[in-house]
Amino acid sequence: MKRAKISAFILRACVYLAAALTAGALLFIVGYILIKGVPNLTWSLFAWRYNSVNVSLLPALLNTVLMTALALVISVPLGVFAAIYLVEYARRGSRLVRIVRMNAETLSGIPSIVYGLFGMLFFVNTLKLGLSMLSGALTLSIMILPLILRTAEEALLSVPDSYREGSFGLGAGRLRTVFRVVLPGAVPGILAGVILGVGRIVGETAALLYTAGTSSETVSGLFDSARTLSVHMYALSQEGLYLDQTYATAVVLLLIVILINAASGALAKRVGKRS
Amino acid sequence: MQKRNSAAAARGAGGKTKLSEGAARILFLAAACVSILAVLLITVFLLVNGVPAMAEIGVFKFLLGTTWRPGNDIYGILPMILGSVYVTAGALVLGVPVGIFTAAFLSRFASKKMVRTLRPAVQLLAGIPSVVYGFFGLVVVVPLTTGRGSMLAACIILGIMILPTIISVSESALNAVDQSYYEGALALGATHERAVFTVLLPAAKSGVLAGVVLGVGRAIGEAMAVIMVAGNQARMPEGLLKGIRTLTTNIVMEMGYSADLHREALIATAVVLFVFILLINLLFSLTKRRKKA
Repeated sequence: MKRAKISAFILRACVYLAAALTAGALLFIVGYILIKGVPNLTWSLFAWRYNSVNVSLLPALLNTVLMTALALVISVPLGVFAAIYLVEYARRGSRLVRIVRMNAETLSGIPSIVYGLFGMLFFVNTLKLGLSMLSGALTLSIMILPLILRTAEEALLSVPDSYREGSFGLGAGRLRTVFRVVLPGAVPGILAGVILGVGRIVGETAALLYTAGTSSETVSGLFDSARTLSVHMYALSQEGLYLDQTYATAVVLLLIVILINAASGALAKRVGKRS
Repeated sequence: MQKRNSAAAARGAGGKTKLSEGAARILFLAAACVSILAVLLITVFLLVNGVPAMAEIGVFKFLLGTTWRPGNDIYGILPMILGSVYVTAGALVLGVPVGIFTAAFLSRFASKKMVRTLRPAVQLLAGIPSVVYGFFGLVVVVPLTTGRGSMLAACIILGIMILPTIISVSESALNAVDQSYYEGALALGATHERAVFTVLLPAAKSGVLAGVVLGVGRAIGEAMAVIMVAGNQARMPEGLLKGIRTLTTNIVMEMGYSADLHREALIATAVVLFVFILLINLLFSLTKRRKKA
């Protein structure tokens, strides 16, 4: 009896210790970055131009927004349409569905540096798009495709069949049923996936180094090289001369991530309430 | 799903609708095929650009060579293969126990309020970009350990980075275990702790394992966080406190200035990494299949 009590106590201690470690790791990382970085968040870091005297992060921030938008424009329709095919059109258990799922799973496991090399070989060199925004966005859109596809698939599956039956019963065709009845019900789930995708794009560095390059200016076109905020932070930390500014950049990145997490949390709550 | 496919649904539509139905079907089908195309393209481009180099260097010389000296055209990536394996193993040693215990906490120990604070924390941990992890490692973990980039620093950072994966997958596996298992264990006289760790955890084994496998994938594929803390010396690993280079960092470090055979050897490095990832994926789907059985 006494031994049982001791082992129970030890196990409980391990559980609480592990939870404290996890929470502590997060608090330490976020706290340290904020404490070191917030005092360095000066207005000059948000100047229009980047130069070696003032390593402004605004160009990189703008590039990040553009890069994210571009990658989403390519990837969201592809992912959602693919999910529509898998859920609404394909026969249940068809071989194609299995193959698509398997490939999407493979894609989601590929490391970002491998995506970066592929983007360099295919988009930059073979398609001759050069080190550019477009090459980077295309690479990223393949990278987040499995994420968009999977969440869209789940969202579509969660729409009850009775909706579809009702729509068919009223004489609507399949296409109309999909766009008028099924998709509106799946929007929050799809949006949650898109937000996760934004998070991955914002945090990505390895896939962009050799596809979009590291030019520190704001892009003026699709074929310009451009660094996103994460790449900017990596470049700064490699140069080693701008420690304060690197902390400040980390703060901005963290704030974006926290914002994204809050948004996806709020959405998830709404999705949960509805079902 | 069968009902949805009933052909009656599309019937009765006019000719114009029929045309757009057909076009839409083809469009959706094409979108579904994009991921197949992407995997094919990635595989083909890596192999075409990497395999000739492997052949030129000699497959065994490349995979088992202990020296990487591009200046002298010596390309052996065994140091990097071992580097990746060691760093991943170290991350697992640190991350798996903490992850599983935290998952147990979230699933069976914490109050609702604690879950509501810790779960978003875990999600945030998953969302922090790898450069930020790497930078944190550079300015905090490295000075605290050896003062220079080392295998230990890389293990610590990767151990933290794989935590959220392991926690969230293990937690949902634990939550999915039938409540009657727990009640049965209590009825037999087990304490709460004993019931969780000797009955629930074994029942959730395949889910937990799947989380660990995903964590392995994340650790072995991570480049930016590792490059900033690992030291990156291209030599055989010499110890926990010495610098180390992994497959991923080898590519990131040298791709920028490489040419000819050196460049192809780096792409071949990516091929090796890709094969590792495919093996891990295979393992993952095997653990998942066993769960279904």
